[in-house]
Amino acid sequence: MSTPTYLGMPALPPRSPYGTGNLRGDRTFPRAAHDELRNGQLRRNLGKATHTIRAKRLAVTGELPDWEALRDAGSAIKTDTMNRLPELLEQLEAKVTEAGGTVHWARDGAEANDIVTRLVQQTGSDEVIKVKSMATQEIGLNEHLADQGIKAHETDLAELIVQLADDKPSHILVPAIHRNRDEIREIFRAGIPGVDPELDSVPAHLAAAARAYLREKFLTTPVAVSGANFGIAETGTLSVVESEGNGRMCLTLPDTLITVMGIEKVLPRYADLEVFLQLLPRSSTGERMNPYTSLWTGVTPGDGPQNFHLVLLDNGRTAALADRIGRQALNCIRCSACLNVCPVYERAGGHAYGSTYPGPIGAVVTPQLAGMDVSADDPNSSLPYASTLCGACYDACPVKIDIPSLLVELRHQHTEATGRTAEKLAMKAAAAVMGRPGVYRAAQKAAGLGRVVAGRDGKISHLPPPFNGWSDSRDTPAPPKRSFRAWLASAEGASALRAAAEEGARTRTEADGPDEEEQ
Amino acid sequence: MTVTARETILARIRDAQALAPASAVDIPRDYRTGRTLPDADRLALLTDRLVDYKAEVHTCTADRTPEVIADVLRERAVCHLGIPPGLDRTWLSAYEGEVHVDSADTPVPELDALDGVLTSSAVTCAETGTIFLDASPDQGRRALTLVPDLHVCVVDLSTVTPGVPEAVTRLTPTHPTTLISGPSATSDIELERLEGVHGPRTLAVVIRTDM
Ligand code: SF4
Repeated sequence: MSTPTYLGMPALPPRSPYGTGNLRGDRTFPRAAHDELRNGQLRRNLGKATHTIRAKRLAVTGELPDWEALRDAGSAIKTDTMNRLPELLEQLEAKVTEAGGTVHWARDGAEANDIVTRLVQQTGSDEVIKVKSMATQEIGLNEHLADQGIKAHETDLAELIVQLADDKPSHILVPAIHRNRDEIREIFRAGIPGVDPELDSVPAHLAAAARAYLREKFLTTPVAVSGANFGIAETGTLSVVESEGNGRMCLTLPDTLITVMGIEKVLPRYADLEVFLQLLPRSSTGERMNPYTSLWTGVTPGDGPQNFHLVLLDNGRTAALADRIGRQALNCIRCSACLNVCPVYERAGGHAYGSTYPGPIGAVVTPQLAGMDVSADDPNSSLPYASTLCGACYDACPVKIDIPSLLVELRHQHTEATGRTAEKLAMKAAAAVMGRPGVYRAAQKAAGLGRVVAGRDGKISHLPPPFNGWSDSRDTPAPPKRSFRAWLASAEGASALRAAAEEGARTRTEADGPDEEEQ
Repeated sequence: MTVTARETILARIRDAQALAPASAVDIPRDYRTGRTLPDADRLALLTDRLVDYKAEVHTCTADRTPEVIADVLRERAVCHLGIPPGLDRTWLSAYEGEVHVDSADTPVPELDALDGVLTSSAVTCAETGTIFLDASPDQGRRALTLVPDLHVCVVDLSTVTPGVPEAVTRLTPTHPTTLISGPSATSDIELERLEGVHGPRTLAVVIRTDM
């Protein structure tokens, strides 16, 4: 277990290989969003979901007098983790091994898929049960297993709905939110063997049908595949945070458990759970605590799986780490709070992002893991423009990831690389979701000040289009000559952005009719 | 010499850190830790949170444990009760149904035939209404509290902490630990909260105020 000594010039770590896994859509964001917007059901469901969860989140985060202190701690712990990643991963590996588990390392998704397939084959099973895991979705594990003749059963209710409908998740937390109860009934009637043909669309009955169907799978399938929310270096303890109990089933009943975890999910100390077990549930489902959290360390004789494998996945994470600004995106704990506050996500839906990771965090994490291709009309290159930079995501993020700055940085990198103007791309993306290109153009013309965006020289020359209502008639100081990022980081930049976002929201409301809720 | 994935990834991380050197961070831990609250306040807070998450709550003194447990089990028509091997048997002195003492040798599908399970608990966090089970002999292996449809869980007030940090410090990391906050639930269908998907659909908590 010697650590290779570092020799020679550092090389830029590779991104997730092009054309593998689920980190790239087949259309650019504006095109995909355009089609998604026609789906009225999706927009209504999504609007209801995001507004409901948002209100719950604000209620339970407001309850804690030390919420901001928890955010500060969470943010610093994650940053410290990234700073000490090699030693923490080695420590995690040692502790898991000591506790009877086996640790595997996967450079990319294809390697992880191969490892998992081999481990499943060794058990002799041609079926696995799965608990919702973004990492395995990112690498396309189910598809790979299917090619190898292994059937993966998703056990999260929403994932089951998505899987039976041969669909894709549209939200991190509630992946089937784009489906209503009648659609779900039809999906179950067509997809669950032996289901009562009289099954109605009462949610409790639908859930009961899923319970009955999956119970048999839980009791008979010898292998489970999971993700992990946290992996504690100090003790080798892994954690899955969930609601339905399907996670506990998968983590407890089979003989063999295979956990696929991104390398950024490691945490230094067991005590750090005191921070993240407060930040995650409150930000995610808006509950004080989610119904179930499982913590396990290797193998426990007589209790739970007697074979435990941990697969540590890179797949572009080290490439993100090599970006001083972009690496912040690795701090993400996948709570989905940023999705629920994002006006662009609310309109476009999760599918438009073309990636396992949608919404504001998806727009920064996807291009970093999988890259933005310069030559082609790469869908990932359109993602950093899928935002109004309103900053709501930053305010909501429990680990304080400065998503707007990351988006601006990615836009900058993209325009640097391609020579295309950021303004044009932002215009396209924003107009596609906000739905009224005409309104946009008019607003832009009215904005005599022009639009601020980092040009190829990194200097402010324009205002990004989403600030459609903002004009110099409002006595706004002329943008100073410094980089957009620096300006954005300043108090002046922040207040200007807020004013512009508010203005933008008003303009939208006028154009679209009243919004249901004030934020 | 073949380079392993492990070596490659660790080298990539070091490369990344060389290309984008990190600035050191201090971790501010200004959030609340080491809190204490009087018994009555912890009891009130915990009860409020448990009820909010649709758990059934019964409060009693230790001497009434058998009665209260028997009542809960009778009301739920429990005839086949599972218990972990280390459970205090005096708790069952007023219960008249069959008792199955679980062990690692009991096949899991047999747990599915039980009407319910009775266990103790390790720690409980009042502020979030979270019960921590750590697989000690009075709580049993994880499958026991998962497969049956009813979980009756005894919580002693002395093990109830005000907040999450105070609870986490009481845990033993090497024990498989399950955090339970109400019965299992989903909001996956049109965001309507439904109690009971795969875990026990009913969670009944017996809080003993003088233990
Ligand atoms: S970026 Fe922040 S708010 Fe968004 S999912 Fe990640 S942790 Fe949550």
